[in-house]
Amino acid sequence: MQKNKIEASGGRGSNQTFKSVPVTIQVNGRKFTCDVEPWTTLLDLLREKFELTGTKKGCDHGQCGACTVLIDGKRVNSCLTLAVMKDGAEVTTIEGLEREGILHPIQKAFIDQDAFQCGYCTPGQICSAVGLLSEGHAKTDDEIREEMSGNLCRCGAYPNILAAVKQVLQEKKVSP
Amino acid sequence: MNPFQFERSSSSSEAILRMGKNSRAKFIGGGTNLIDLMKEGVESSDFLLDVNHVGMNEVLELPGGRIRIGASVTNSDAAYSGLVEERFPLLRDAILAGASPQLRNMATCGGNLLQRTRCYYFYDLATACNKRENGSGCDAIAGNNRIHALFGASDACIAVHPSDMCVALATLNAEIHVLGPNGPRVIRIADFHRLPGNDPTRDNTLSRDELIIAIELPPSPLNHHYHYAKVRDRSSYAFALISAAVGMNLEAGKIQSASIAMGGVAHKPWRDSRAEKLLIGKRPEIRVFRDFSEAFFKSARGLGHNNFKIELGKRTLVRALEEASLK
Repeated sequence: MQKNKIEASGGRGSNQTFKSVPVTIQVNGRKFTCDVEPWTTLLDLLREKFELTGTKKGCDHGQCGACTVLIDGKRVNSCLTLAVMKDGAEVTTIEGLEREGILHPIQKAFIDQDAFQCGYCTPGQICSAVGLLSEGHAKTDDEIREEMSGNLCRCGAYPNILAAVKQVLQEKKVSP
Repeated sequence: MNPFQFERSSSSSEAILRMGKNSRAKFIGGGTNLIDLMKEGVESSDFLLDVNHVGMNEVLELPGGRIRIGASVTNSDAAYSGLVEERFPLLRDAILAGASPQLRNMATCGGNLLQRTRCYYFYDLATACNKRENGSGCDAIAGNNRIHALFGASDACIAVHPSDMCVALATLNAEIHVLGPNGPRVIRIADFHRLPGNDPTRDNTLSRDELIIAIELPPSPLNHHYHYAKVRDRSSYAFALISAAVGMNLEAGKIQSASIAMGGVAHKPWRDSRAEKLLIGKRPEIRVFRDFSEAFFKSARGLGHNNFKIELGKRTLVRALEEASLK
């Protein structure tokens, strides 16, 4: 995305200035307050300002899912989210899933099932799977595939990603 | 994206006043389409007004069996709301056939109505597109027109409306409640989207300072025998080449009423009420469904690459009617 100075001048010959807006966003339990340019996406804010580079920029158009994070517990594409619109929100990224050195069950399952190759889509896949599990709509293999369809994997690790999600669904069944 | 000013609006009437004062301002809901188009340079604005916090975020039951879906309810929240699941399962199925779970968690129902076409020429600034810039021409007509319209196209534009949700809304005779400087008004879904004619820049009949408040659904007898069929280039997460939202009311083995809309075939969800009449009083049989689909596609005109969509469309209709009748 084009980098603009905070007081970039407006289009069509106007001399209007565009002010940064103060926002407070809780990321992985930590409160961040900063001024953001309204055209900054949450993805760019996380990566460039908060230096949380676990969340990946793939297509930057909502087509690949690499930028998936959880906002107030729901999975979204951070590349199509304006940071200013999320003032007061709670964001969870891949960096915020482990607790005191213990991996989130879905992170562990991705390792157990060898659910990644190059790893670029993995943070988005994992955040998306966390969203899927809390939504609770997917039970069968086909439903899991459908509900994970917003995350592309160019290495084609899909069968193992499916196995990882199933592993956690099974674990949940055993110990709810 | 071009730089712009941003404000969060606290009421719908205030939002409309603000919109009236700046001809380059735009409302923003979920932003899944607008932000994408702004990144591409297809859309631009110097002022975005956030209308997600003006009290339009509930699905409500109204007297007489109607339901009201607030404009800023997300696609996911609408699809999984008890009222929609129970009374309008066709709408649930159509919404869940669209986009991805992430996008459905962001995109609003009001915004879904305002989705712009996925015509590749509309997105490509290097090509001529009357929808982007009226008068510049249409490179799709003599270009790659595989995904384009079979009905209602003009010499200026052959784009199709991309929504799944709106196809079901057309079948269910939804009403779009809007608020403008002159007060509220109600637009029937059939009159909400328009054909391209000689001004393809306008996708719908909403004025730029009118705000969608809610979608209302009248009680429907079509909720037992229904089906949403979607055919696309991959098995999930793609726009429809062809889709069909079908509902019928069966009594004593005969079709009492039927409502059918198709997506991927026109600049708006496409219905043919004359063809629908052919179904009334008939038994739900393949032969009847085939006659209906022939009548529905009688006025379809292929452009070359999309000729296959005529046969695909007929078969999709027959399949959807069959599935609905067996439900």
